[in-house]
Amino acid sequence: MGAPTWPPSPQRSGRPGEPGAPLELALRLEKVSKWFGGLRAVDDVELTVRPGERRALIGPNGAGKTTLFNLIAGALPVSAGRITLFGDDVTRLAQHRRAALGLTRTFQITNLFPSLSVLENALLAAQALTPAKFSMLRPRGGFGELDTRAREALRAVGLEDRAQSAVRHLSHGEQRQLEIALALAGRPRVLLLDEPAAGLSSAEAHLMTSLLRGLDPAITLLIIEHDMDIALEVAQHVTVLHYGKVIADGPREAVKADPTVREIYLGA
Amino acid sequence: MKDRRGIVIGLVAVIAAAGVAPLLSAYPLTLLTQAAIVAVLAMSLDVLLGYTGLPSLGHAAYFGVAAYAVGILATDYQRGFLVCLVAGLVLATLTAAVFGLLAIRATGTYFLMITLALGMVVWGLAFRWVSMTKGDNGIAGVPRPELGLPWSMGAPLPFFYVVLVAALVAWALLGLLVRSPFGLTLQGIRESDSRMRALGYNVWLHKYLAFVLSGAFAGFAGVFWAYYNGFVSPVDVQLVTSVETLLMVALGGPGTLAGPALGAALIVFLKNFVSVYTKRWLLILGAVYIGVILFAPRGVPGAFRRNR
Repeated sequence: MGAPTWPPSPQRSGRPGEPGAPLELALRLEKVSKWFGGLRAVDDVELTVRPGERRALIGPNGAGKTTLFNLIAGALPVSAGRITLFGDDVTRLAQHRRAALGLTRTFQITNLFPSLSVLENALLAAQALTPAKFSMLRPRGGFGELDTRAREALRAVGLEDRAQSAVRHLSHGEQRQLEIALALAGRPRVLLLDEPAAGLSSAEAHLMTSLLRGLDPAITLLIIEHDMDIALEVAQHVTVLHYGKVIADGPREAVKADPTVREIYLGA
Repeated sequence: MKDRRGIVIGLVAVIAAAGVAPLLSAYPLTLLTQAAIVAVLAMSLDVLLGYTGLPSLGHAAYFGVAAYAVGILATDYQRGFLVCLVAGLVLATLTAAVFGLLAIRATGTYFLMITLALGMVVWGLAFRWVSMTKGDNGIAGVPRPELGLPWSMGAPLPFFYVVLVAALVAWALLGLLVRSPFGLTLQGIRESDSRMRALGYNVWLHKYLAFVLSGAFAGFAGVFWAYYNGFVSPVDVQLVTSVETLLMVALGGPGTLAGPALGAALIVFLKNFVSVYTKRWLLILGAVYIGVILFAPRGVPGAFRRNR
């Protein structure tokens, strides 16, 4: 372990329903590092996330949170270390192959298909992991299953009424909801959420929080959030990143009480 | 509903062209034939530029390779239409398949420059590989094809109708393509390739497929071009041809198929009309291009349409 972790033992006991069950980890990072020239943006990070867990990743600006997401998702190659997804080594796997294994992400800065309709956005997400995406001579209307799935994802985030609108006509809050819908339409096993509430009003943020809390418990969530209230409401476990290093890792109450964390992050 | 309007306008244009064709004298009919062929070329580029967001400046290459294939096979080897068509399509597709490997890694201006350079390679071959292409003299005397129809293709009117049908077939196929899930994928790549990757798309592969398909359709246009002109020369593969094609797409509105096809017709007529008065056609072309980019970046129809 490169960084001091909290609690002292990173192994947490199983949930009540699964005592002593062999833990196949949803996501595991071993000594993952990323350096840009001399800057160690991510430094020897160890992280284990169990299936179905809700984990928050917090830390001050420039702590390396988004970089870490890019490494996990495969948008950036790691400089060192190993990443496994449900036991499969994905360290050198292209991003779209990781997505095919059930790993999806959202973006801190809204990243949608602005001139397409909301439904088309969701369809792109729904067909992404199906062979239908290569179908060239059949109109899109002929794929009822994909349409259903896309509309389900929109309903899950409360956007089904906006299906025909162009995305660039949506409000910022609605675009953030669509970010989540795109991730859900691919039916992910592990979902990386990069500041889902970025730029939202408190009312919208509240809506987003209840949306996230209502997600299928089978989905493993790793969520970067600047707003501690949201982060702690959604996640039971928290990992704190500071200058690319994990400085604390554990149940939210313990991390909240951790003196180092209070000093550098909570400013208390 | 932009889609449906494009189809309606396109169909009206096709029916109007088919209707007036018998009433036209030889010269306007020739221009109409030319417009129909070039419309296919413009639509093929639209798949790349308008739908995938890849600005190719070397599209004359696939068009020209197919035209040369027809020119050589129909004159030196006296091959019939079917052989020439297949050979033209296969060669254009292969050329695009090779060029795509080199070009697809790049995006934006770099993609533009690489496709331009690759297009110049084909032009260089056409110009210098004299034993095969007859160099600057070009290949003359390409006979009109015998299609087994009761009408001789040597006459302008039957040939025009054949070209029109071919253009309709290309339009229908491309129309299906852009409305398919694959077509949606291409538009997604145009809008955000990073998001497409995150969703699980192999962006490179889809771009590559689009590139090759686009080249194949450009080749389809090239086959008819060789028959239409009866002559194939380096002019058909030169940069100006690629630039004109790009302008047709920009003028008609990228990402609409029907728009670039009509843009193609407009450029063909404009070019022939203007060149009656001046030899400086390229100057006019440049001015039109700058005007479109400045005042109508979504094409002329797009400029009149409100923010969708």
